[in-house]
Amino acid sequence: MNAFAWVKRGILVLAAGLLTLPFFATLSVSAEVIHEERSLYRDITVVQNGPRRCLIFNIRIGDRNQTCVDVNDTDKLVFAYTRMSFAGLLLQPEPKRILVAGLGGGSIPMTLTDLFPDAVIDVVEIDRAVYNVAKEYFFFAENPNMKVSILDARVFVKQAGREGVKYDYIVLDAFTGDYIPEHLLTREFLDEVKQIMTPDAVLVANTFSTSAFYDHESVTYQDVFGQFFNFKLPTSGNRIIITRLTPLPERAELTSQAQVFSERLRKYDIPILEYPVRLSTEVDWDMSRRVLTDQFSPANLLRDN
Amino acid sequence: MTQDRPNPLRRASVLGAAFVSGFAIMCIEMLGARILAPYFGSSVYVWGSIIAVFMLSLAFGYLLGGRLSARHPNPITYALFFVGAALFSLPIVLVADSVMELIFDQVADPRYGSLLAAILLYFVPICIMGMISPYSVRLLVENEQQSGSMTGLLFFTSTLGSFLGTILTSFYFVLWFEVNTIMWGSAGALLAAAIAVVTIHGRPTALPATARH
Repeated sequence: MNAFAWVKRGILVLAAGLLTLPFFATLSVSAEVIHEERSLYRDITVVQNGPRRCLIFNIRIGDRNQTCVDVNDTDKLVFAYTRMSFAGLLLQPEPKRILVAGLGGGSIPMTLTDLFPDAVIDVVEIDRAVYNVAKEYFFFAENPNMKVSILDARVFVKQAGREGVKYDYIVLDAFTGDYIPEHLLTREFLDEVKQIMTPDAVLVANTFSTSAFYDHESVTYQDVFGQFFNFKLPTSGNRIIITRLTPLPERAELTSQAQVFSERLRKYDIPILEYPVRLSTEVDWDMSRRVLTDQFSPANLLRDN
Repeated sequence: MTQDRPNPLRRASVLGAAFVSGFAIMCIEMLGARILAPYFGSSVYVWGSIIAVFMLSLAFGYLLGGRLSARHPNPITYALFFVGAALFSLPIVLVADSVMELIFDQVADPRYGSLLAAILLYFVPICIMGMISPYSVRLLVENEQQSGSMTGLLFFTSTLGSFLGTILTSFYFVLWFEVNTIMWGSAGALLAAAIAVVTIHGRPTALPATARH
């Protein structure tokens, strides 16, 4: 990189800093930090702003909220990506055994157990501090059908594979403050996930829709699963990958399933009827990008390039 | 022993080799957590296992290398450390997966699993690389007045190598190459260092040893 480019980059960084400054200023005025702790993996901050309570990882480097709840209406899903993850129900309407990787504030597993009280739900979360915060501040509660394992998701999935445990609904939502951990993005990991899916299982993976890394990620999912639904909304920076082992359903099938669910999902604020038209199989990434493997997965370096 | 008396070129070859060894140690260490992650996760204890095992291996390497340097120190033995380190780091490329698979099935707790895997994969090559440091000092030092400054110079060089090995591996190599390619690269660099040491020490010295006093 030449000197000019460095200067340019410096100016950009400075500008970005100045732009985000008002955000932090407002944050400090109207929002109140109600809990702060440094876990083994990250800084955890819980911020309350009116009725909205949010979990933030690594606040100092300007990370976005991991999850938020409305303390007056805890059923309501505040974030678009959380709501979007329920589009998986269009492909698997009756999950019986569910795996959620990444607890966060616990809104996805809480909604799932509320919807399907008989389903057995395993949640895997690496950070015990996140688990404690979810229970204390985000109304997360385990029940006889829903248990949390404090473990790395890769280890959990591999163990489940060895034990022959299978799931019919899998949500991958494991994020550090930065992005998805590198060893949860590789072809080998997705192959291990594949092994714990029942023939009718759906896989729902939360990713980001921006960044150069998008291409590598898409190519990797394509390599393992063939086709997948790419689910993006203009209002969200997230891209939800939805796939299964058998060929993907037609749109008509998704639409009729959405109608079945529409009423049940209303109390969570999930506009499921709007989702079928957004589930796209169109390739909008650079197919020539390298597949991520355990040998090559510089995810968090690629993200900025 | 006169043939092994240090001259600037020989000293440079020892320092260069120690630099390569320092570089390779940290390069292999940085990749260690990456290699263990598919089996034991990227939890903090995986890094803990890697660093702990590297420290232990180096500790025993220093002890052993120091002992060996007391008996007929010679460049051939020195070069053999590099060959040994290169050869014993190859299992990390060739059999790591089967070793870790076996451990994964036997040891349920990923803390002890990752510790055991780190011992099996890294103890021997890193121990051998630890032997290089004290042996280098022995080859560099002519008399006791020099011992402090030569040791300082040696530590400086090998630690500078470690610095570069750390930064280049984590910033760039993982972006450009596969993990195994980087491992082959460091084994190749260790072998090249061995060849350089033997070649340079095999050349006749510019001055007769006796004329140097």
